[in-house]
Amino acid sequence: MKKATIQLETLTCPSCMLKIEHATKAIKGVEKESVKVMFNSSKVKLAFDDGLVGIGEVERAITALGYEVKNSRVSDQ
Amino acid sequence: MQRFILSKKHFITLASAVLISSAFVLDLGFHLEHIAVWLLAVASVLGLAPIAIQAFQALKVKVVSIDVLVTIAVIGAFVLKNFEESSIVTFLFLFGAYLEQRTLNKTRSAIKELVEMAPDSAFKQMKNGEFEEVGVDLVDIGDVLLVKTGAKVPVDGIVMSGEGHINEASITGEASPVSKQKDSRVFATTIVENGTLQIVAERVGEDTTFGKIIELVEEAQDSKSEAERFIDRFSKYYTPAVLILASIVWLISRDVELAITMLVLGCPGALVIGVPVSHVAGIGNGARHGILLKGSEVIHDFSRVDTMVFDKTGTLTVGNPKVADTKYYTSDIEHTLSYLVSVEKQSDHPLAKAIVEHLGTIRTYSVESTSVKKGGGIVATVDGHRIAIGNTTLMEQEQVPLAEEVQKDIDRYIKMGNSLVLTAVDGVLHMLMGIRDQLRPGVKEDLRKLRKLGVKHLIVLSGDNQGTVDLVAKELELTEAHGHMLPHDKAEYIKKLQAEGRIVAFVGDGVNDSPSIALAHIGIAMGSGTDVAIETSNVVLMNSDFSRLPHALGLTKSTARNMHQNITIAVLVVLVLLASVFFSTWMNMSIGMLVHELSILLVILNGMRLLRYRVRR
Repeated sequence: MKKATIQLETLTCPSCMLKIEHATKAIKGVEKESVKVMFNSSKVKLAFDDGLVGIGEVERAITALGYEVKNSRVSDQ
Repeated sequence: MQRFILSKKHFITLASAVLISSAFVLDLGFHLEHIAVWLLAVASVLGLAPIAIQAFQALKVKVVSIDVLVTIAVIGAFVLKNFEESSIVTFLFLFGAYLEQRTLNKTRSAIKELVEMAPDSAFKQMKNGEFEEVGVDLVDIGDVLLVKTGAKVPVDGIVMSGEGHINEASITGEASPVSKQKDSRVFATTIVENGTLQIVAERVGEDTTFGKIIELVEEAQDSKSEAERFIDRFSKYYTPAVLILASIVWLISRDVELAITMLVLGCPGALVIGVPVSHVAGIGNGARHGILLKGSEVIHDFSRVDTMVFDKTGTLTVGNPKVADTKYYTSDIEHTLSYLVSVEKQSDHPLAKAIVEHLGTIRTYSVESTSVKKGGGIVATVDGHRIAIGNTTLMEQEQVPLAEEVQKDIDRYIKMGNSLVLTAVDGVLHMLMGIRDQLRPGVKEDLRKLRKLGVKHLIVLSGDNQGTVDLVAKELELTEAHGHMLPHDKAEYIKKLQAEGRIVAFVGDGVNDSPSIALAHIGIAMGSGTDVAIETSNVVLMNSDFSRLPHALGLTKSTARNMHQNITIAVLVVLVLLASVFFSTWMNMSIGMLVHELSILLVILNGMRLLRYRVRR
C-alpha cells in the first residue's frame, strides 16, 4: 500500500472536487475510503495498491478531466 | 486537443469578448446585422468549446456539473438561433471562472505565505565527504547537512558539531535567538543567525514540526462543518434537480426558451462556494496572526463560547516564578540555605527552580535520600539531618510546630499572592519563603476585550493555594477562582460547567492541562510548537502569546457571521432569479448568468474581508 499526495492547479469550483473524487475512486487499486480531495489546498490524498496501479495512472485519470497535476509525492504507508 | 483548448481558456475568453463587442459595434453603429450575427455565432462556438469539454468529462464520471447545465442551455439558444444570448452566456461563464480563480487565490494567500516559508534546498554531505547543494526533497533521514549563518535549517535534526544561535520564530513565535550546540535539536525553517552547524536529519518533509503545522492548517481549511456537508449533499442533487425541473417546464410549456433560461438561473454557484471561502479566509487570517484554528467545527463552537476557563501558571502569569520574600527563624542561615539548595537542585519543580536561581551558587551537600510527597513537597536526608521542604500540609504531616508568629507571616505572605515554601531541619522550622509569579503584561486588557466580545464567565483554576488564586482573580476581575486543583479536578470542573449547558473554552499551556484541553468544547493551547499541545487542542496560540486570544475569538465570530451572510446572499439570489423568470418580462439567460457571476464574486469578496480582520481596541 502506498500513500500519495497530489498537488493540482488551483481548484475553483466545488464540482471539480466531485469529478476528481469520482474519477479517482473508479480506478482499480485505489482505496475508495482513502480518497480525499482538498478544495482549498487543491490537493488529492489517497492510498493505492502499487501492485495493481501506478501513480502515473492516477495522474492520467486526473489530467484526463482537464486538471493539471503539478507534482505528486508517494510514500509508504 | 481537449487539453489544448482547456489550456487556452483565458485566450478564448478574451477572444469572445472582442468578437462580441465588435459584433455590437457593427450592428448598432453600422447596421451590418448579418456580419454581427456571424461574429456572435463564432463567439458562441469558441466559448462553448472548453465548457462542453468539461461537461463531457464530468458526465463520463457520472457527475452533473454546472458545466452540463450551461452547455445544454447554450446549445439550446444556438439551435433557436439566439446567438446573442448564447455568446454572452458563455463569455460571462468563462470570465466569471477566471475572476473566481483570481480572487480565490487571494483568499488562500495567507496559507501560501506559510507554505513558502519552507526551505527548498540543503547542503548535504556526499559520499566523498564534500557538501553539495541539493533540493530538500533529496534529503533522507540520517543525512548529514551543513547549515551556515543566514540559512534556514532544512529539516528537523540534531546538531552533530558546531554551535550557533538560531531564531526559532517560525516554530515557537519567540524571536530571541536560542543557543545551539552538540546534541541540541533544530527545526526546519528556523534561521541560523550566527555560527555554522552540522546536523543529522531526523525528520524530513511533511514529518517535520513545520510540515505538521502546514498539514494541520491545510486539513483545517478543508475539514467540513455540518452545514458544509449539508450543502455538499444538497448541491450533489441540486444540479440534476435543476435539469429535471427544466425538462418538466419544457414538457408542460413547450417553451424551449423558458426551459434553457431555467437551466442557467438554477446554477448553484454562490451557494457552494460561499461557505468554503469564508472558512479559508478566516483560517488564513488566523495562521497569519499565529493562531491555528483546527477546522470549521472549531470556528462554529468557538464563536459561541460563553465561558472561558484559564490555567493560572504560564497562562495568566508569565510562568516564571521568582522568590519575593524570605524570613528566617534560625540563626544558622548558612547551613539552612545550603541544605535547601542541595535538595532543590535535584527537583525540576518550578518553585524549586526559582529557589536555586535566586540563591545562586552556594555550598551544597550530597543528598542521601529523597522522597517526594505529592502535593506537599520533598523530604530528604542531608548531612545527617532530616530536611523537609514544602507547604503547610507537609509541615503538618512532618509534625513541625508552627508558632503563632509564623502563622501570622504565612497569612501575610498568602495575602500578597505568594506560594509558600517552608524549610524544616530535624522537625524545627528554619525558614519561610514566598515565591510569586508575575502576571503576563497586558493580560488585564486582553480579558477586558474577551468580556466585550461576549464571554460572560472568566474562571481561573489552579493547583496553587486559594489566596494566590484569589489575588489574581481580584486583580484581573475574574468571575470565579478555584485553587488547590489537580489536573483531574480541573477536568471534573469543566464537565460540571458543560453539564450546566455552558459552552466552555479551556486555555492552558498544553502539557499537564491536556485532559481539560481535550474535554472542553474548545481546547486552547498556549503552544510553543510542541507536538502534544498542537495535537490535543482545537486552537493553538503559536507564540504562547495571550494577546492573540481576543483576536482568535473575534475572528471566529466574524467568520461565522460572514458564512451566514454568504449563505443568505446565495439563497436570495437563486430565489429572486427563479421568481423573476415567471413574474417578469426582462429576465433572460444573459442577465441570469450575469447576476449569478456577480453573486459569486460578491461572496468571495465578502469572504476576503476576513483576511483584513483585526480586533477592535
